[in-house]
Amino acid sequence: MSGITKIAVMRSQLGRVRGLGAAHGGTHHWWAQRLTALALLPLSLWFVLSVLRLGGLPRSAVAHFASHPVNAALLAGLVLATFHHAQLGLQVIVDDYVHHERARMATLLAIRGVAALLGLIALFAIGRLAFSG
Amino acid sequence: MTDTREALMVGRTSDGRLVQRPLSPHLQVYRPQITSVLSILHRATGIALSAGTLLLVWWLVAAARGDAAYAAVAGFVRSPLGILLLFGWTASLWYHFCAGLRHLAWDAGVGYELPTMHRSGRAVLIATAVLTLLTWIVGVAAM
Ligand code: HEM
Repeated sequence: MSGITKIAVMRSQLGRVRGLGAAHGGTHHWWAQRLTALALLPLSLWFVLSVLRLGGLPRSAVAHFASHPVNAALLAGLVLATFHHAQLGLQVIVDDYVHHERARMATLLAIRGVAALLGLIALFAIGRLAFSG
Repeated sequence: MTDTREALMVGRTSDGRLVQRPLSPHLQVYRPQITSVLSILHRATGIALSAGTLLLVWWLVAAARGDAAYAAVAGFVRSPLGILLLFGWTASLWYHFCAGLRHLAWDAGVGYELPTMHRSGRAVLIATAVLTLLTWIVGVAAM
């Protein structure tokens, strides 16, 4: 090998491994993103087909649909997987583009808060539909 | 002190020389290619779908609250703005769905050869168009 370029880096290989980059963590997040993506494949397919069947029908049809335990469970699963997946995905984007540490943390907390709140509201709505329909 | 990010930019050429590589495509410098355009589209549709959850939550809450609230959502979804948003949401979902499948295949170690990548990329675009159109044909017929 000729002409080796030496690049000075003030950081050891171990430090790189321990530091784990801009997000300070990684494998768990990565797995959760893939797992929720896998769950969303059948769930979103089922959801689109269900909405197509409910399109144009009155509210009572939606309530009747959601009163079936399997449908209620799948709706709740869709909501859980969607908000978990969305929040994980949005975090990656924030990690990439928001460099100021305080702003990054504030944005991440806001995303988690909104995702948790919307998810809980959706779950309670599904519960009410399921038990009233 | 050297920027520690440089530690992540070290690579080797095919003849083994150490070189510095850019960390990620610089949008101002790179010519758009199907690989990079589809990649940023996955991100864009992920953001669009996240915003779209507001419509999902509104729909569920309205259905739980009663007929008047439900009529309001149903009316919005049939308005020009509602149709535009819903169309964007279905197109985003199908794109993200198909590109997500492609991502999961890569995670399983499949499909990294460049010709395969170009072919699967084109397949994602065609499948998105077909699925979106199909959804709307069935949806309009059901209304
Ligand atoms: C339909 C099933 C879905 C599949 C198969 C899927 C798959 C994936 C995969 C594999 C990634 C990681 C991509 C990467 O590492 O760059 C991802 C990212 C993401 N997904 Fe999904 N997803 C689905 C649905 C959704 C939904 C419903 C939302 C929002 C409500 C969403 C929001 C996001 C976001 C925000 C990202 C981050 C994008 C980025 O890092 O550039 N996804 N998705």
